Amino acid sequence: MRTKTFIAFVGPSLFLMLVFIAAPLVTVFWNSFHVTKPVYEFVDVETCTPGFPTQVCTTSRKQLPVLDEFGELVTKTDFVGLESYRNVLELERLWTVLGDWDWRAANNIKFWQALRFTLLFTLVTMPLVIGVGLMIALTVNTTLSAIRGPVIFVSLLPFIITPVIGALSIRWLFIGDGILTAAMEWYTGRDIAMFAQGWTIELMMYLYRVWHVAPFAFIVFYAGLQTVNQDAIEAAVIDGASRFQRLRFVVIPHLMPLIVFVTLIHLMDAYRVFEEIVGFSSQAHVISLQWLTYDFLQPDEAGTRAISRASASAMLTMVGIVVLLVLPLRRAWRDRRGTG
Amino acid sequence: MSAPKALQRPWQLSLLSNGFLAFWCLVAAFPIVWIAIMSFKTPFDAFSSNPFNVILGPATRDAGLGLSLADIIVGLALAWALVWTAIKWLPDQVERFTPRGQALIGWIVATLAYGVVALVLFVGLMPVAMSVINPLLGPLGRDAIGLTTEHYEAVWIDRNFTRNFGNSMLVTAGVVSISLTVGTLAGYGLARSGSDLAFWLLIIALIFRALPHSVLVAGYLPVFIKSAEILRPIFGEAAPVFYGKPWAVIIVLVSINQPFTIWMLRSFFHNIPSELDEAARVDGCSHFQAFRRVIMPVMWPGVITAALFSFLLAYNDFLVTSLLLDGRNMTMVPAIAGMFNRETTASDEVQAIAAAVSITAPLFVLVLVFQRQIVSGLTAGAVKG
Repeated sequence: MRTKTFIAFVGPSLFLMLVFIAAPLVTVFWNSFHVTKPVYEFVDVETCTPGFPTQVCTTSRKQLPVLDEFGELVTKTDFVGLESYRNVLELERLWTVLGDWDWRAANNIKFWQALRFTLLFTLVTMPLVIGVGLMIALTVNTTLSAIRGPVIFVSLLPFIITPVIGALSIRWLFIGDGILTAAMEWYTGRDIAMFAQGWTIELMMYLYRVWHVAPFAFIVFYAGLQTVNQDAIEAAVIDGASRFQRLRFVVIPHLMPLIVFVTLIHLMDAYRVFEEIVGFSSQAHVISLQWLTYDFLQPDEAGTRAISRASASAMLTMVGIVVLLVLPLRRAWRDRRGTG
Repeated sequence: MSAPKALQRPWQLSLLSNGFLAFWCLVAAFPIVWIAIMSFKTPFDAFSSNPFNVILGPATRDAGLGLSLADIIVGLALAWALVWTAIKWLPDQVERFTPRGQALIGWIVATLAYGVVALVLFVGLMPVAMSVINPLLGPLGRDAIGLTTEHYEAVWIDRNFTRNFGNSMLVTAGVVSISLTVGTLAGYGLARSGSDLAFWLLIIALIFRALPHSVLVAGYLPVFIKSAEILRPIFGEAAPVFYGKPWAVIIVLVSINQPFTIWMLRSFFHNIPSELDEAARVDGCSHFQAFRRVIMPVMWPGVITAALFSFLLAYNDFLVTSLLLDGRNMTMVPAIAGMFNRETTASDEVQAIAAAVSITAPLFVLVLVFQRQIVSGLTAGAVKG
């Protein structure tokens, strides 16, 4: 296919990606170094109150926003350098609390709290998703073929559900004296409040995410299990390999590319953790990097949005995912060079 | 033929693995089934700590809202009859009445009509008929379990959820149609070009896929709010404000979805033998003609799968729609999250549950109908990835 025809086919898609993915990145980069504020001016205002024998008049200087001829706020955009980044990172505050070895206080600085949770969330859920997905795939593969269809149908439900709704459905099982909290209270004989402290909320978020994503890992691994070489299994049996050894030395190596694939996809998706914060209304205890940007973008009481700070936190979020993806991408590039 | 003896599993292992499977199915279905049950009860029953109260709903029943055994029997019979006719009778009718080549439109019309008939039977006719029959049946006609649809009525009628539903449908329909038109062309081009350019495009698309959506929205938001000012020199007074407009959200979601769509469609086109379009090219077709006449007729399974995933992205989205749409044009998912910001009473909470179940129901039907396509879509990316 000639380059010209190729461009004609790819053109519309490329155009959309350039305008709506690449260009926003440029504006985010620019916005993170600039702050737009309304222009204020000092005005002498004389206020008089009726008095006797003469009026009492006081003059005061007031700070008022400048309006243009249409009555709209005049705004000015200034280059502020790294100030927005400084406001988001709060490094000085971090050094002082870290100097005191006060981890709890470090956890109160929003950015570092979000970073800690996002990374921990990604790392904790990854092995769980792979493990649970693999276990479901192995058990489905050995069960009666008549019930495989229904099992796949039921398994797809948590995967396909709207993430916010999924998180909400877990929340309703636990909130207050929800059915599962009541069951735990009955079992332990203690009063349990799942939404009163950070770590229980975090635990529910991990559980929710594994529930939500394990079906995806299961489907991928199950497809991979269909192509396992039966001769290799038989050879292993003849060599006296136990069931576990067959799994360890024949099946897992065969599935390895798929495990890498699921890991990569999960890395991207778990780093984006956001809907859980909304579904569990956990912003008082647990926040994530995406939620931090989202929060800056929400208008405050005065209706202004902290665009510059949102851009700075967005840039930092992006740097994080690029760092996480460098290794897998380098591998893809090496494979490409190796084969082609 | 039975498996060789060495490969047979001891019964303990079978028991263990099937037990695990049963446990997983319970875990997978439980939260969804449970909120569906909760949505039909009065708040007192819905948040009862006794599971049997939630299922049977004594307080709901005492409030005079319930189903008798006769109701349940008639309802199940009716549901069974509807499913039976949908499987056995409906396909023949669709084939008879639709002209050739327009089967898709025929199916859409038939499904809609069938849905209306089912709705009339269950919501319109059955309650009226049963309210006459129940008193005549004695113990069979007495309320056995509590069940109320008042929360659904409150959500859909009082809270105007129909408008949110309409907005959701508008956004998803727009995203699916545009995303596929653009993505199919690009996927085909990428699958048939072995050049370095194609490889780098795919890698860049992969990086774009990894970008958190909030990063992109931080880029859109200031521009969209001021778009009228920015575009005034070009469009004059007709310059549009992008913020709050469904079509702007459609374009944004299409773009965000492009990386995933082109990866998936590329792997589907990769599996269509290239001899097919090469033969057409030898016969004198241009690339576009080959695509139009040879590839388009065989690409539908892949396109339907990609359509499902585009649909899911648009339908499930919270971040983009909640930040870029205003209250009037809000879709369903951000609207339900808004239900928690006010002072919530227990009744509000059950209404939110009813709204959540309403959002989930179409997805349930989707899995029921398209299970095979979803599975093939999930594995497609992995095999050729």
